Amino acid sequence: MLIFITPSTTEFKLFNSKVSAGFPSPADDYIEESLSLDELLIKHPSATYMVKAQGNSMIGAGIYDGDILIIDRALTATTGDIVIASIDGEFTCKYLDLEAKELRPANPRYSAIKIKEDIELLIEGVVTSSMRMHR
Amino acid sequence: MYALVDVNSFFASCEQLFRPDLRGKPVVVLSNNDGCIVARSKEAKALGIPDLEPYFKLKPLLEKYGVYVFSSNYELYGDLSKRVMTTLESFSPDLEIYSIDEAFLSLAGINKHLPSYGREIRSTVLKHVGLPVGVGIAPTKTLAKLASHIAKKSAKCDYVCVIDDIPKWHAVFKKIPVNNVWGIGRRLSAHLANLQVYSVYDLMKLDSRLMRKRFSVNLARTIDELNGIKCFILEQSPEAKKQIYSTRSFGQKIIHCHDLEQSVSQYATRACEKLRQQNHLVKTMVVFASAPHFIEASYSRSLTISFPAPTNDTRVVISAARQGIRDVIYKEGVKFARAGVGLIELSPERPEQLDAFTPAQALKSKSLMRVVDKINKSHGPIFYASQGIEQQWKMTRALKSPSYTTKWRDLPVLVDR
Repeated sequence: MLIFITPSTTEFKLFNSKVSAGFPSPADDYIEESLSLDELLIKHPSATYMVKAQGNSMIGAGIYDGDILIIDRALTATTGDIVIASIDGEFTCKYLDLEAKELRPANPRYSAIKIKEDIELLIEGVVTSSMRMHR
Repeated sequence: MYALVDVNSFFASCEQLFRPDLRGKPVVVLSNNDGCIVARSKEAKALGIPDLEPYFKLKPLLEKYGVYVFSSNYELYGDLSKRVMTTLESFSPDLEIYSIDEAFLSLAGINKHLPSYGREIRSTVLKHVGLPVGVGIAPTKTLAKLASHIAKKSAKCDYVCVIDDIPKWHAVFKKIPVNNVWGIGRRLSAHLANLQVYSVYDLMKLDSRLMRKRFSVNLARTIDELNGIKCFILEQSPEAKKQIYSTRSFGQKIIHCHDLEQSVSQYATRACEKLRQQNHLVKTMVVFASAPHFIEASYSRSLTISFPAPTNDTRVVISAARQGIRDVIYKEGVKFARAGVGLIELSPERPEQLDAFTPAQALKSKSLMRVVDKINKSHGPIFYASQGIEQQWKMTRALKSPSYTTKWRDLPVLVDR
């Protein structure tokens, strides 16, 4: 997967090297704050939680066993979102389908979970991104 | 107008948030070293499990009812507390964190229908953080506290209660025992009973000037506050606290790390003074800082720090707080508007709980602190220079839940189904 990162607002630091010590570093004019993953991944810090995925039910969505999921509770979940729901006292990750009132897996070997009660009450938050460690 | 927002059965609700299987079930949380019960879920209260009773005495009863028992997990509670407070900041820039699970908000200048605003506060905290809160809104802090009591007790209120027109509430006040008023403890209630004062209504009808002479300024103020006369302002509190917070909004936004460190050192110093005044030691502290009060594009960081041994040594507390600012909280380019420290887990100084594996606070530092406080009182302040690095330390408690929000290895795990 390719990620394109566009520089956001360009706030440069003031001249950093001491002039008296010789040539200023030619990079000084271009020093910018390092990229922050928090800034990229977390929009609502006090409403954001992280959980660990388990199993294969969402592999079609690119979520594999052991991935770390970032959950934003401040967002309102709509059909098509990947959500964390609490079903029978357990947290699970599924696609949300409000019209069909079901939670759908992203793996044909699993079946959808039909919800009889108010489905929105079961939703803990929206999965906004997932992380996988490769070593 | 003021709002008092508090989390319902805070510690128990924190445990239930990450254990959906325990929602709707009786849960209790124990104090330090699993001594007594300090929090009960709604369901545990309904079973008649008493508060503040020794755990060993109640163990058979808890087992019989199948109550879920947890040791206190201050890493978790501290983190969730900070989330609640940050969420509340978006409703009013003026807030006083009164304890780990309650805050006063000044609603001056907020031109909204107050019952709806209260409901919005409740639903936002519930959605964003996942914890249920009660909201009491009234013209004074004492009435706001009372309103939050009514909000929880009355099913009709459904956790939000606004007291605006006081005479309208007289009938309700007649039914509430006087010891439910903020600052009226058991001893004072007994004195008041001698004066035939049993209910909130009885108390508010007393002559406050007379009571000032007979009892105290504080009682007189409480009576005035019940009648809608503002006496207590934000950041002021009459009682010794279970947690000590020292936090402020900055007059001018802070952008440099050393300025942020300095401000936090100042709050840590003040908090430690209060700590020593009430003869307590701190075991766990939170340090936090945030930039503007709007949920969108806000920046906020907090850190929970556990001390190797309970301490009231300002130097130890400052150095830990500064390290937290430097290593975790500070971010270049952020214009910080608020910071603070909270001493969230306290224990009485004597008898000191000695742990065979951790050093107790050195006697030397105890006497030094005594001298410093004495000098500060009589000769103006002594300041602390920056100190070395204090190591973090992990608590062990028999029935503690994982630190779901503060340790990578403790992340909640989903179920594959």
